[in-house]
Amino acid sequence: MGKSYIGGYKPAIGVENISRDTLAARAGGRAVEFLRILGGERPGGAVSFQQPVPGEEILGASGIRKEFPGVVANDGVDLKVRAGEIHALLGENGAGKTTLVKILYGVYRPDGGDITLGGERVEINSPRDARDLGIGMVHQHFMLSEPNSVAENIALGLPAGRVLFPEEEVKGRIRDFSKVYGLKLDPDAKVWQLSAGEKQKIEILKALLAGARMLILDEPTAVLTPLETEELFSALRLMAEEGKAVIFITHKLDEVLNLAHQVTVLRKGRIVGNVKTSETDRRKLANMMVGVDLFPSKRSRSIEQGNTVLEVTGLCVKGDRGNRACSGISFKIQAGEILGLAGVAGNGQRELVEVLTGLRETESGGISVLGRDVTNSGPREIANLGVSYIPEDRLSIGIVPEMTVSENLVLRKFWQEEFSEGLLLDEERVRDYSREMIEEFDIVTPGPDTPVRKLSGGNIQRLILARETSGGPRLIIASHPTSGLDVKAANDIRKRLAQAADEGSSVLLDSEDLEEIFELSDRIAVIVNGEFVGVLARAEANLEKVGLLMGGAVE
Amino acid sequence: MTGLRQAIPRITVRRRKQPLTSRESLTLILASVAAGIFLGGLLFSLAGVNPLYAYGKILQGSFGSIQGWKEILRKAIPLIMAGAGLAIAFRAVFWNIGAEGQMLAGATGATWVALNFTTAPGYILIPAMFAVGFVMGAALCIIPALLKSKFSVNEVIITLMLNYVALQIVTFLIDGPWKGETQHGYPYTDPFVQGARIPRIPGTFIHYPTLIIAVLASIGLFYFMKRTKAGYEIKVTGSSPKAARYAGISYARTLVMVAIISGGLAGMAGVGEVAGIHGKLLYPEYVSAGYGFTAIIVAWLARLHPAGVIASGIFMSGILVGGDAMRIRVPLSSVNIFTGLILLMLVSTEIFRTYEIKFSREDVP
Repeated sequence: MGKSYIGGYKPAIGVENISRDTLAARAGGRAVEFLRILGGERPGGAVSFQQPVPGEEILGASGIRKEFPGVVANDGVDLKVRAGEIHALLGENGAGKTTLVKILYGVYRPDGGDITLGGERVEINSPRDARDLGIGMVHQHFMLSEPNSVAENIALGLPAGRVLFPEEEVKGRIRDFSKVYGLKLDPDAKVWQLSAGEKQKIEILKALLAGARMLILDEPTAVLTPLETEELFSALRLMAEEGKAVIFITHKLDEVLNLAHQVTVLRKGRIVGNVKTSETDRRKLANMMVGVDLFPSKRSRSIEQGNTVLEVTGLCVKGDRGNRACSGISFKIQAGEILGLAGVAGNGQRELVEVLTGLRETESGGISVLGRDVTNSGPREIANLGVSYIPEDRLSIGIVPEMTVSENLVLRKFWQEEFSEGLLLDEERVRDYSREMIEEFDIVTPGPDTPVRKLSGGNIQRLILARETSGGPRLIIASHPTSGLDVKAANDIRKRLAQAADEGSSVLLDSEDLEEIFELSDRIAVIVNGEFVGVLARAEANLEKVGLLMGGAVE
Repeated sequence: MTGLRQAIPRITVRRRKQPLTSRESLTLILASVAAGIFLGGLLFSLAGVNPLYAYGKILQGSFGSIQGWKEILRKAIPLIMAGAGLAIAFRAVFWNIGAEGQMLAGATGATWVALNFTTAPGYILIPAMFAVGFVMGAALCIIPALLKSKFSVNEVIITLMLNYVALQIVTFLIDGPWKGETQHGYPYTDPFVQGARIPRIPGTFIHYPTLIIAVLASIGLFYFMKRTKAGYEIKVTGSSPKAARYAGISYARTLVMVAIISGGLAGMAGVGEVAGIHGKLLYPEYVSAGYGFTAIIVAWLARLHPAGVIASGIFMSGILVGGDAMRIRVPLSSVNIFTGLILLMLVSTEIFRTYEIKFSREDVP
């Protein structure tokens, strides 16, 4: 030890200045082994660029363009990442962050632009190319074999040619790496037994053992507990100190300011800012992230109070992994009112909506519709009270693709007296109703007996809308009602929702499209980590306020 | 080079934009059966039998003679009855592979009635036997339905294994408590009294009341699926369980309902076999002879259309009967291989319903 920094690097520019002793101590006082693992004895794989020198540009991307049908996901994106730098990619959902890193990792091929590594132009045609070039990635969804052990999964990820490691050797390397980075992990544990945080550690170790010099993490903290987040952050800092580059995607402002040295902000596929974190603050970042355009409210009316349709009190809900997805949510919606639910995806919106529609159980708290307690009632009971639901996942939940347009139009009302006679379904009335709906909602279909799977996305959504907004529902719960639709279909659907509200229906609008929320809502509730962090009247809401709240800044 | 390139057509596989019309669908089914017959022909050649001769014999022994038709209708009864129920179960994506065991359960129930209520008149006894047979078959089928809906247990395994349970119970009964005193030590029950025997068309083994029930059940289930709310719920559940939940349809209730229909009908098919043919309970392989498994093919051949089961049941029965006629020349197992080949062809050509193959002779640019 003594005079040199661990791994032979000076601390990276912008990194807190740590004494070499601290650094050595952090490495567990095992600098020799540390060097052995990181240096010459790195397992397998041809890494084409040299040991990085801190501060030197590792990766340069310029003019990256990527188009998907109907959207430009990346438009002229430039990115520079230096050795020893933690670089945050900040932006809302759909800003193009994931597309960009998938291009860097060879999952997508860009339609235009250049990528350089260590100054040299490279073509990254596959994740394997990326790994060979020393780029590692931790995806949002882990790519692990659940029945196998940690060691087996990591051996799988090692470069070809050296796959047949004796088991003990792999385990030994895992233990060494775990110790160096403080990522505790049992090589013998089976993956299915592990928490999301532990699975993430496997992915990180997999990338490091494969010789990554640059690590990309896609929303790494979304699945972590606060403690695990801290553990991850210190490991990432350590990697940066060694001279590795880290790119991490996030939409949380605090994480950016906490961890990153440099931040690039993306909005709608374009770079809107690239700054040092030491030279920016939360407000500036939030402005960059959501933009400062003002969306005019298209609705100006006063809502009569005292006519409560939905009342939620102290609602707590568990998520799919047993985590707390919503905690202590309370709100009311009045008749004819549109409440917008703003938040970054995965902050409890889905769980909230599912509980309100009877698809998920409540942990605690109460829900009442029109004064009737419907806590933990079934979906049909709730529907019978006049609560309709436009689900986010249209194709797999909202419709039955194999069944006909008319059968789908009664999916949530076929049991009602209007369409049935005792045990029988009244086909004639179903068909008459379908003809009416097709006409009224401009559903483009050859006829009521066409299977829905033949309809376009916009027409499928019109069908769902016809079913869920006709017949004067008391409350419409709409999840991402216009996502993925073309402009005309989206406008149609917004108009229908506004019209339903004018006719007295209440609407809970859960959307990632802030423009939509600002356009339609009478009030805007911001949800972060399963809690309502603010409910603003439309008149006092603006993008900056909402953006700050969404980014985790407490009002 | 160009010439060669042009000679080899480009083959592209792509997803169909339009689903098959009913005419194309029928062509596909017939083509699959034809492919099965062709492969079966190869098999007969390997066994040293001229395939034309073999198929001639099969046809002659089945659809080509009155004697053949008598046998075909007799064997079609359990195939139609059990096949109609399976068509409903499969529509709900409940893979009931246990019709064979459910038939045995039904046969056991009927035997219990026949042996214990010997003095009751036939017009009470026979309906009672069908009723108890239905309940027994349904009961055996409800077990996997509950396990699947409550604990996500794979119904294929459970229904398959319950076949063996039913089989062993029957074997135990006929060689144990129910062993007939008049049977000279053979493992049969005592013969049923006359009132417990289902009447047949004279000179045949066609127990026509069962045939009528089977045909009515097929047609009834067709209207059940088309017209009732329950039929609608089954269709939704089968196509998209998530959408079914969204529509407030109870998954457990729907599964139990299809289990009752499918197990119950299989149970009644078993009643027909013991009370219409044998007049006693005997070794399981004689009671059913694999009808419960063949009924799976029958349901698929009908594209899970309950009324279509009548036609596919008669067709499959014809193959079985023709196979029996062939038995003199080739081993029985080659007939099983033949029916297996037809199912294999039917299932493997399913891919053509979603994909199409295009041949083109355009030059490669």
